Amino acid sequence: MAKFNAEVIIEGKKNARDPEGETIMRDLMIKHGYDMVSSVRSGKILKITLEAKNEKEAEDICWNMVNELRIYNPVAHVCTIKMVK
Amino acid sequence: MPMRVIVVQFSGSTCDRDLVYAMKDVMGWEVDLVWYKEAQKHLESYDAIFLPGGFTYGDHLRAGIIAAYTPVMDKVKELAKEGFPVFGICNGFQILVESGLLTGALIGNDTLRFSCKWTNLRVETTRSAATNVAKKGDIWKVPIAHGEGRYFLDEKGLKELNENDQVVWRYVSDDGKITAEGNPNGSIENIAGICNLEGNVVGLMPHPERASESILSPWGSDHGKLYFQSLENYFRRG
Repeated sequence: MAKFNAEVIIEGKKNARDPEGETIMRDLMIKHGYDMVSSVRSGKILKITLEAKNEKEAEDICWNMVNELRIYNPVAHVCTIKMVK
Repeated sequence: MPMRVIVVQFSGSTCDRDLVYAMKDVMGWEVDLVWYKEAQKHLESYDAIFLPGGFTYGDHLRAGIIAAYTPVMDKVKELAKEGFPVFGICNGFQILVESGLLTGALIGNDTLRFSCKWTNLRVETTRSAATNVAKKGDIWKVPIAHGEGRYFLDEKGLKELNENDQVVWRYVSDDGKITAEGNPNGSIENIAGICNLEGNVVGLMPHPERASESILSPWGSDHGKLYFQSLENYFRRG
């Protein structure tokens, strides 16, 4: 067994407004000169360390876990999992 | 015989005692406030189950998700499927959504702030266990107190919800219209509360228990009482 690191990224669906992202873009970035920015979406990230036989198994465990325990709400969120070194 | 109901208390429930007061002292019901670990043994001996407001488990990850995974909720789900009346107020509504008993999601308010204020609720259907003594179109003054109350559902889900008459209340302006001003949290289609297909599971973000006596309201109204009277009526009709 080896240790693996995964990043679980939970974001709101595109058709759900993200007032936090909108505020960051409008009132911080654009107001302070970064007017090249056209979109900001906020989200939540869970950095997970787990043991598995290999990276594929670690990723599968993460997907099973986030679905079984509703770590994201599929009605409102999209979830991506990245395996990281 | 007075109604006999159970209020399930979780770690972080904070509106449990207000709810007990409204149902016991205002309505004259027999009410037991029971710790969630104990509650699962006795649920079916009551007429209805209440999940109160609060911040269970600190709202960690998402409001209601941790409580939704407690063993008592497995039992609540079982009973709800058999037609047992189950009511969730505020955090209780969030728990019902996270446990899959009600559809949709309750996400952060579009104001990005916790919001505590009076709202106007328009009764959209009288078939739910919590609105059957009201008239469609009635406007209730009931306060909200939440940070994650923005109801969200995709287009297909909304269509079904509307077609199946599952939207129970919408936030409206003082003149009863569905407007952005009347919507305190950005809920899609101004939805404040919904029920399941059968109408026995009802979730509502505002707090009827805080509007159940005229002394609690700036207008001298007690519209929250209609919520509890509806349940009484639902139960008597069988």
